[in-house]
Amino acid sequence: MLSAITQLLIFQLVGEVLARSLDLPIPGPVIGMVLLLISCQLREGPGKALKSTSQTILQNLSLLFVPAGTGIMVHLQRVADEWLALLLSLLISTVATLVVTALVMRACQKLQRRPQ
Amino acid sequence: MNRDIMGLWVYLSASPLLWLTLTLLAYQAAISIHHRTNNHPLANPVLIAVAILVLLLTATGTSYQTYFSGAQFVHFLLGPATVALAIPLYTQFKRVKAMLLPVIVGLVAGSLTAILSAIAVARWFGASLPTQLSLAPKSVTTPIAMGIAERIGGIPSLTAVVVVITGVLGAVGARYVFRMIKIHDPAIEGFAIGLASHGIGTARAFQLNEQSGAFAALAMGLNGALTALLLPSIASWLKTLA
Repeated sequence: MLSAITQLLIFQLVGEVLARSLDLPIPGPVIGMVLLLISCQLREGPGKALKSTSQTILQNLSLLFVPAGTGIMVHLQRVADEWLALLLSLLISTVATLVVTALVMRACQKLQRRPQ
Repeated sequence: MNRDIMGLWVYLSASPLLWLTLTLLAYQAAISIHHRTNNHPLANPVLIAVAILVLLLTATGTSYQTYFSGAQFVHFLLGPATVALAIPLYTQFKRVKAMLLPVIVGLVAGSLTAILSAIAVARWFGASLPTQLSLAPKSVTTPIAMGIAERIGGIPSLTAVVVVITGVLGAVGARYVFRMIKIHDPAIEGFAIGLASHGIGTARAFQLNEQSGAFAALAMGLNGALTALLLPSIASWLKTLA
């Protein structure tokens, strides 16, 4: 587990360094994720330790959003002032995003299947 | 006796230990409620845990800053967790490769919809420009979204909140939306959930099945990168309008 966590941190660190030094708009952890994916391809698999540690972290992914979510208490005033705009924007936009993404993907899939 | 308890409280309430422990306890309570409702999407664990903590902090008169000094250790793990998403991606790589065209087209369409519809609706209902800019990266996972908000002139901490609300909305509503538009492919479902509602949606997708989860993770990573690329130019265009 220790080696797995170290690996994850190293990939994040390298991603962070690349993002800063090359002034990339893509965030460090995402670059770290791409690099880890490439390294898995090269090594033909992530190895047992990394696999089980990642699984444990991802199973509890929701927990990691709790501290940020609790920050709502700082913004209660703004939320009270603009709650209708905020809520409708989030609600409509989230549903629209789900619908557009899913329908576009299905349409593409059908288009791809037709020629065969 | 009373003074001892007060002294203990003064010490504990300012230490990271108490709030870190309470964050984990609140989350586990939320998870057990979630299980007791048969994993009903409305009983979302993040939503319940946040509600418990906000009540607790308000009741004890504790500031968010004090709370975060403990909770930051959990918050920090968002970075390594993002990196760890490479593992399910690797496992599902064959299926992802077979769906490359739908994934790329779906990503661009979904990402633009997420950004532009959030801004448009907020504008329509008269939200201020900083609020609009804080809402724009709402479909992207917290650390990425906060970074983007900071760069484009939004309010990072407000972004963190709307990101979590978006995640909960997507995780709660996805099932009903997919039923309405008759989508049953776990890959498409997962990708749409991950794109619209990042890590909280991805957590929900992993509950459905492994393939949905992997596609959600893929969408979350790709949308994080694409939004980071697109939003700065959209934001400067928006500022010329205002």
